[in-house]
Amino acid sequence: MSGFFKSSIGRKVAMALSAFFLMFFLLQHFAINILSVFSPELFNEVSHFMGTNPLIQFALQPVLLFGVIFHFVMGFILELKNKKANGVAYAKNNGAANSTWVSRNMIWSGVAILAFIILHFIDFWFPEINTKFVKGDWSGTMAGVEGYRYYEELVHKFANPIRVGAYVVAFVFLALHLLHGFTSAFQSMGGTAGRKKTLQTIGKAYSIIIPLGFIFIALYHHFFNH
Amino acid sequence: MALDSKIPKGPLKDKWTDYKNHINLVNPANKRNIDIIVVGTGLAGGSASATLAELGYNVKAFAYQDSPRRAHSIAAQGGINAAKNYQGDGDSNYRLFYDTVKGGDYRSREANVYRLAEVSGNIIDQCVAQGVPFARDYGGLLDNRSFGGVLVSRTFYAKGQTGQQLLLGAYSAMNRQIARGKIEMFNRHEMLDVVKIDGKARGIIARNLITGEIERHSAHAVVIATGGYGNVYFLSTNAMGSNATAAWKIHKKGAYFANPCYTQIHPTCIPRSGDYQSKLTLMSESLRNDGRIWVPAKIEDAKAIQQGKLKPTEIAEADRDYYLERRYPAFGNLVPRDVASRAAKERCDAGFGVNATGEAVYLDFASAIERYGKEQAKIHNIANPSAEKIYELGQAIVEAKYGNLFQMYEKIVDQNPYKTPMMIYPATHYTMGGVWVDYNLMTTVEGLYCIGEANFSDHGANRLGASALMQGLADGYFVLPYTIGDYLSHDIRTGKIPTNTPEFDAVEKEVKDRIDFFINNKGTKSVDYFHKKLGKVMWDKVGMSRNAQGLTEAMAEIKAIREEFWKEVKVPGNANELNPELEKAGRVADFLELGELFAKDALNRAESCGGHFREESVELDGEQEGEAKRDDVNYAYVAAWEYKGEPADAVLHKEELEFKDIELKQRSYK
Amino acid sequence: MNMNLTLRIWRQKDSNAKGQMVDYKVSDISEHMSFLEMMDVLNEQLVNSGEEPVAFDHDCREGICGMCSLYINGEAHGPDRGVTTCQLHMRMFKDGDTITIEPWRAAAFPVIKDLIVDRMAFERIQHAGGYISVNTSGNTQDANSLPISKIAADEAMDAATCIGCGACVATCKNSSAMLFVGAKVSQYALLPQGQVEAAERVKNMVAQMDLEGFGNCTNTGACEVECPKGISLDNIARMNRELMKAALK
Repeated sequence: MSGFFKSSIGRKVAMALSAFFLMFFLLQHFAINILSVFSPELFNEVSHFMGTNPLIQFALQPVLLFGVIFHFVMGFILELKNKKANGVAYAKNNGAANSTWVSRNMIWSGVAILAFIILHFIDFWFPEINTKFVKGDWSGTMAGVEGYRYYEELVHKFANPIRVGAYVVAFVFLALHLLHGFTSAFQSMGGTAGRKKTLQTIGKAYSIIIPLGFIFIALYHHFFNH
Repeated sequence: MALDSKIPKGPLKDKWTDYKNHINLVNPANKRNIDIIVVGTGLAGGSASATLAELGYNVKAFAYQDSPRRAHSIAAQGGINAAKNYQGDGDSNYRLFYDTVKGGDYRSREANVYRLAEVSGNIIDQCVAQGVPFARDYGGLLDNRSFGGVLVSRTFYAKGQTGQQLLLGAYSAMNRQIARGKIEMFNRHEMLDVVKIDGKARGIIARNLITGEIERHSAHAVVIATGGYGNVYFLSTNAMGSNATAAWKIHKKGAYFANPCYTQIHPTCIPRSGDYQSKLTLMSESLRNDGRIWVPAKIEDAKAIQQGKLKPTEIAEADRDYYLERRYPAFGNLVPRDVASRAAKERCDAGFGVNATGEAVYLDFASAIERYGKEQAKIHNIANPSAEKIYELGQAIVEAKYGNLFQMYEKIVDQNPYKTPMMIYPATHYTMGGVWVDYNLMTTVEGLYCIGEANFSDHGANRLGASALMQGLADGYFVLPYTIGDYLSHDIRTGKIPTNTPEFDAVEKEVKDRIDFFINNKGTKSVDYFHKKLGKVMWDKVGMSRNAQGLTEAMAEIKAIREEFWKEVKVPGNANELNPELEKAGRVADFLELGELFAKDALNRAESCGGHFREESVELDGEQEGEAKRDDVNYAYVAAWEYKGEPADAVLHKEELEFKDIELKQRSYK
Repeated sequence: MNMNLTLRIWRQKDSNAKGQMVDYKVSDISEHMSFLEMMDVLNEQLVNSGEEPVAFDHDCREGICGMCSLYINGEAHGPDRGVTTCQLHMRMFKDGDTITIEPWRAAAFPVIKDLIVDRMAFERIQHAGGYISVNTSGNTQDANSLPISKIAADEAMDAATCIGCGACVATCKNSSAMLFVGAKVSQYALLPQGQVEAAERVKNMVAQMDLEGFGNCTNTGACEVECPKGISLDNIARMNRELMKAALK
């Protein structure tokens, strides 16, 4: 088994497993965030639960972090290996004749997503860690805000049009990444289902609806809450 | 030297078993000390290499391509015969034997053919065990099709790629032995001569085609499995690299060459489209089961078609000449290959050809489509179906049967064969003649063996469909590995054969001198120029029908081309690099000699038999008037030629053929 | 209609030399010619003018041997589908075209000369497990004693039609050989005869594939599109399953 993950196929499987995990996380993240549009109170409740539950904070959060880092690092390692396998470049290569742009450029959509995640961490995650682990404040409240602080923070972040713009662009890249990644992960896991119509449709729907939903949330808070 | 075919005594059906029980064996410990060189890795060479290595011999295998899997056996489409009688239609070893001897027009060696039929069933068992994905029926058992006008269904197949699958099977067996270190594989190497020591074959000189290095390889026995010489015609269904060099070189070193004039011209190939044509593509013979062959009945229609002024679909039924159905009412479009080919040539020579070159006839599926369509309409209870509906239903059936062939045709010719008749013309396909071998498959040189298409033994003057694959694998898997042991059992104390001997020096010098000549000759004409010129003479005068005058002329013309070749040939590049022109030059030089012997053999054989048709030897009256006339009194022999310096000086040795278990009959298809 | 063409061809003296693209002109090319016949015309022209002809691999010229291997205008075996280079016809091009012709590019397929590459890596993968370990003695059981479902047999046949040309590697942006290896693994995995050694086979073949320096599959599907024999991507998925199964054993 140890040899398995060292093989090219094992690495593909590892990429696919981390991708499944991240796609599940994304769905969950979206489900919570969309609450902010309909019910700030509910959003605050759920956010506080997620932010303070020890199982989530001390068990799942490190796993998630590992999953994110693993997916990126492995992605870059594989890209480098693949580049090395290429040898001399073609003088003329017509990739569009046989494959989609998104499938050939996962590394670039991935890099864009990485840039976004850094921004996203600076925006939300580092402040959270700072509040909870450095300052030791687990109350979920903030001076001048009634109830929990999460909704206010969210709305505040989306005041800046440049940030909203950056988020929108990043979600477009996320959609592109998912458009290939969703079915590709199934294929890597040995499923021919990835090539069946139903799963392709589900994949397309997921890849478009989730990022579009995130874009909607960002724009909603930018335009209707200020 | 008198020919000794070494056929064992005893009744035909016991010969092989009895012989195997009594020949000498080499014990496993000694096999480790014995080296065997196998040149060529198609079905025969590949299967022989694998089996010999499995038995424990050290095998060195040579292929001019980059992998054994590329040998031209891979292109065989139809299938492989085996007397399994899975269909319960009365097949037996005897029937397969009988059909093969009769199909070969009684010019093959009875004992060899019976052995071939006997081991045919084993081939299928073996291939299935290896994972060859033969076609199956819904019960999971092997499927068969019928082939080439025989009366039983005994042909096993894997779609239209049977040769490919069988070769990949042999290749996989080789891979297993390469991995074990028992086969040392020399890809991109070409054998350029054989080395004899004390009259025995003890090694070869080969050229590394990448570096140009000339290498010496020694062994206790040498096996030649390099296929046929059809490329002597320049245009054939053979691969571009298929060549006769190994066979011809051993001929010049003492191996007799038998029946070179027996060549199979296959009737259903895609016609030549212009002078640039480099090869011809075969369309499976199975097409003749449903296609009807015709040319226009009126010469003015033919002329209009040749000039592109008329379309075949515009010619009325009454103005079409279904010449095979007219001449051979009993067999119609299903006459054997040689008969169908000659009939096509006859019509085209008379001016009725149907493409710009005037060398093509139609193979029309319109009536098959209509027949199947009506049948389907009945099956599906469609009352009063429209013509379109019938066509649609019929086309689906034809597509299911021949879809891949139709697609291939359309890719090459750019015409849709569902809508307009296909054009076909005969092309050189297989050579029944080859290096003479005895019952052990040994040539007239001791320790030098020849198997597969490269030898002459099993197909007589004409080969039946689906028998080439059978013979290649029978020789390689089941015959040679036994018979060679008998010879090698005397070599267990010989030890490794050194290569630093005067014999190797001498042959290597010959080889190098010839290469140096090509590189240094500042001629004016490319190798292909001479090859095409040779091909034209062969096709025109030593082709589908031959006569004494043409053959005499051909011999002189080929000699003249050869002389011009040695003066004017131009080979660019160097000897010590990958040099395709140099490779071709060596091969064409040998074809230029073989072609002349070919014509000489055809001239000698003043009878018509199988693929060899002499215009002087036809039935003059009766029902068979104008058909081929065999002469069993004067020509029931194998013509084995001994090399004497010039092809024209070759000396004839006769191996008389005896038929104890079969009565000689005339083939009739009327 | 006959065409005049510019050919932009990779020329490289040997494996150590540095190569470059060189332009040639050919004229009066018939649309009925095959691509390789057009190359023959060029070579005849070069030989007659005392230049070295362009070296390229080819043999059967009917799409089955797998020798021919040209990257034409940015696609393996050129712009047509379901054909090898030798079956590609000039009617796919038009008068005045410039056609770029390159060898297969992959680190595991080094150039030997001009357009010829070394595909020994494929051979070594086959040596690692591309067989069923059965002796060729003929003393096996009767062929019909082992019924195999028609569906499995047909699927195995579809996988087995791979001609080993290397177009999949040449096309893949990662120079991955998984379609080739997947096809061979699949052929045996689908047949009962192949089951005994299935785990060892897939492990060994994949290990050799990795050792040869082929890249990873990222499921772009380009190989399947360019494969002259239409080998399905499902074979890669099956290989992945086989390897997972083997790892769990």
